[in-house]
Amino acid sequence: MSTTNATSTGNDSHGDGHHDVSYLHPKGPLWVTLWDWATTIDHKKIGVMYMFATTFMFFLGGVFALAVRAELFMPTQVNEAGEIVGQLFANNIYNRMFTLHGVVMVFLFIIPAIPAAFGNFLLPLMLGAKDVAFPRLNLLSWYVYLLGAGVAIIALLGGGIDTGWTFYTPYSITGTEMHRQVFLMTMGAFILGFSSIFTGLNFVVTVHKLRAPGMGWFDMPLFVWAIYATSLIQVLATPVLGITVLLLAIEQAFHVGIFDPALGGDPVLFMHFFWFYSHPAVYIMILPGMGIMSELIAVHARKRIFGYKAIAFSSLGIAAVSFIVWGHHLFTAQTAMANAIFSALTFFVAIPSAIKVFNWVATLYKSGIVFNTPMLYALGFMFTFTIGGVTGLFLATIATDINLHDTYFVVAHFHYVMMGGAGIALFGGMHHWWPKMFGKMYNEKAGIAGFIFVFIGFNTTFFIQFLMGSQGMPRRYATYVPEFTIYHQISTVGSWLLLIGFLIHLFNFIASLRNGKPAPRNPWGGLTLEWTTDAPPIEHNFHHEPVIHHGPYDFEDVVPPFCDEKDYPLPAPLKPSDKKH
Amino acid sequence: MTTASPTSSKPLYHETYKHQEHWRNNEDEFEGAKLGVWLFLTTEILLFSGMFCGYAILRFFYLDDFTAASSHYLNWKIGALNTGVLLISSFTVAMSVRASQLNKQGQLMINLLISAICGVIFLVVKLGWEYGPKIEKGELPGAMFAYGGHAGEYIPSTSDPVFLSIYWVATAIHGFHVLIGVVLLLWLAWRAGKKHFGPKHYTAVENVGLYWHLVDLVWIFLFPLLYLV
Ligand code: HEM
Ligand SMILES: [Cu+2]
Repeated sequence: MSTTNATSTGNDSHGDGHHDVSYLHPKGPLWVTLWDWATTIDHKKIGVMYMFATTFMFFLGGVFALAVRAELFMPTQVNEAGEIVGQLFANNIYNRMFTLHGVVMVFLFIIPAIPAAFGNFLLPLMLGAKDVAFPRLNLLSWYVYLLGAGVAIIALLGGGIDTGWTFYTPYSITGTEMHRQVFLMTMGAFILGFSSIFTGLNFVVTVHKLRAPGMGWFDMPLFVWAIYATSLIQVLATPVLGITVLLLAIEQAFHVGIFDPALGGDPVLFMHFFWFYSHPAVYIMILPGMGIMSELIAVHARKRIFGYKAIAFSSLGIAAVSFIVWGHHLFTAQTAMANAIFSALTFFVAIPSAIKVFNWVATLYKSGIVFNTPMLYALGFMFTFTIGGVTGLFLATIATDINLHDTYFVVAHFHYVMMGGAGIALFGGMHHWWPKMFGKMYNEKAGIAGFIFVFIGFNTTFFIQFLMGSQGMPRRYATYVPEFTIYHQISTVGSWLLLIGFLIHLFNFIASLRNGKPAPRNPWGGLTLEWTTDAPPIEHNFHHEPVIHHGPYDFEDVVPPFCDEKDYPLPAPLKPSDKKH
Repeated sequence: MTTASPTSSKPLYHETYKHQEHWRNNEDEFEGAKLGVWLFLTTEILLFSGMFCGYAILRFFYLDDFTAASSHYLNWKIGALNTGVLLISSFTVAMSVRASQLNKQGQLMINLLISAICGVIFLVVKLGWEYGPKIEKGELPGAMFAYGGHAGEYIPSTSDPVFLSIYWVATAIHGFHVLIGVVLLLWLAWRAGKKHFGPKHYTAVENVGLYWHLVDLVWIFLFPLLYLV
């Protein structure tokens, strides 16, 4: 241990006995341990449970996605003999497949995945706290998530819904045949909203009140800034989704007619309500990913992050602007004046997003990049997220959007942002913090192999969809004109590559849990507080309350705690002649 | 009866209250809880603002019909009565916070109970004098609307069901909040009976009080929008 390690966490050999065991240490026989996990208020355990649940949801949503892609491998046609060929499912089954895919991926996977899993596990550790502000509320939020997921899955088993994940009225009230399932699904979304609000509220108070002594706002890791901005959006936007889906459920049950034009209601009102939440929600998905990015880039390039404050404030900037751009989803349903205003405002979101990307690139400049799985994911993110973001500008331009609206161009765009942005960052972060979470290393070669499949598979699946979309291939159709066949086939093959990549990761993680090498406390040489405690952390997180003596990215001045000076040498001091500026 | 008698050997809960383990001190815990409740109240405001927004748009569509429907279906006197009841309860809730700060246990209990009773009166008036007769007369929202009107008196317009939708949904969601508030107030009274609150520890009284004021405030907006304009 180097002398420059200033955090006060000693090695061990002291403390009050039983509290010093790993949080993963079983409490007794199986059922005792299970009961302990089921009733735990430890943020680490809750985070890990969320991680398993959301990973399960990712694979569930993935099954539907593969089904959708399989159906699209061939266009449905009638041959000379009058037989239908190229069809795997009936059209109405297809509609349910893509809807369930969207609902599961959005509400059950990507929205809770990073904040609830990584946020829960890391936020108190990074702040040097013992837990989140309201541990019991945290456990409640986990059970509310399970309840909401359960209700959604009942709707799914009951036949699923075919409205698209946007539940647009009036189709979702009067058009669809799946009334009971739509009612259940919207109630599920309502319940899930509470879980999201509780988590966000908890994190905001935690950041305000539980920072370690000496940790000012600008000593917080950028992941914490990102989670903080995300939590504000969760608290401020989710209630509007709540009232929207609640009204929709009431519509289903009692036909009150607020959104039903046949009864004098206004369906466009529903679209506004829905997107008032769901646009900010895309930042609930991407902001935590951006937070992970800042950590990955700085740690695996061993360099002070460039533009710390710019990155921190751009998170808040994105959160603020995200509330006033929802109208870009309604360019075909509102006045020209409103279109112009929403279009102009939408362009502003590009600014803080670009600030982040430029700062990450500047951080990499002349740094010591290590090409391991987390770093490769970080580099991949910059590529795919930039494509997703820039194509968003095409869609924010009214003249082009009128043509691209509801085509595969949109599908490609949001997958480049959600999957290529949030998803890729999530997988990078999972590799980065895996050793801390479970105290085991994963196999680096397998990790890199998985990355290569995911990255190539992702771009194969979705890049071609930009081309299809710009040539007029509409979304949400079970078939297409034969001219598009080759495009769809390339895309479907890409989805198989993605599957291979994820299976490699999955088996790699399982292998690591079963017989991975024990992880050191600080395998990557990070400077944030989570690296100063044991791997896996002890129940109360730290042996002693940490005190802050250096910033989270001071790689030039500090040898990372629990790392050898040989591996992390400080740069040679500047010559006096160089010190001028 | 003000404080615990000095002779009693067992110190009272509120005098020795110690914060949960992950907080640094009682003040931080109190402040944190209060911040959390303020954030929660923000979400409540946003939830109701969805309702208000829907009201504004639909009223804009059917301006004259809404005005006529409002004065025909809703009796402003009942609304005013309930407004008064809620204002009184807001006052007594504020008084109960004051009473715990001053360690006046008797006053605390009385004020909590009056507040809870006011909440119950509000609900009884709402259910008995408004919802009940409305259901009988068929003044129901949307597709359930079955009001015939009396011959020659008032002819329902096609947008009346929409007005009633807003009325029913908004007041039902609000009434549900009142119901929760009553339960919380009774819970506080029960804890006050066990001498849980005093100058050093009254987090729950403070926070339920904040919630109750919000429920009140929402009604202060609903009343004129639905009954008066
Ligand atoms: C981060 C993970 C993902 C998220 C958050 C996500 C989200 C979404 C959303 C919101 C939709 C729109 C659903 C609708 O139109 O109602 C959608 C559609 C779709 N997704 Fe994904 N998705 C993810 C991963 C994938 C993967 C891995 C694949 C393919 C292997 C895929 C293929 C599709 C397809 C084919 C559609 C249907 C497009 C249409 O017909 O409109 N998605 N996805
Ligand atoms: Cu948007």
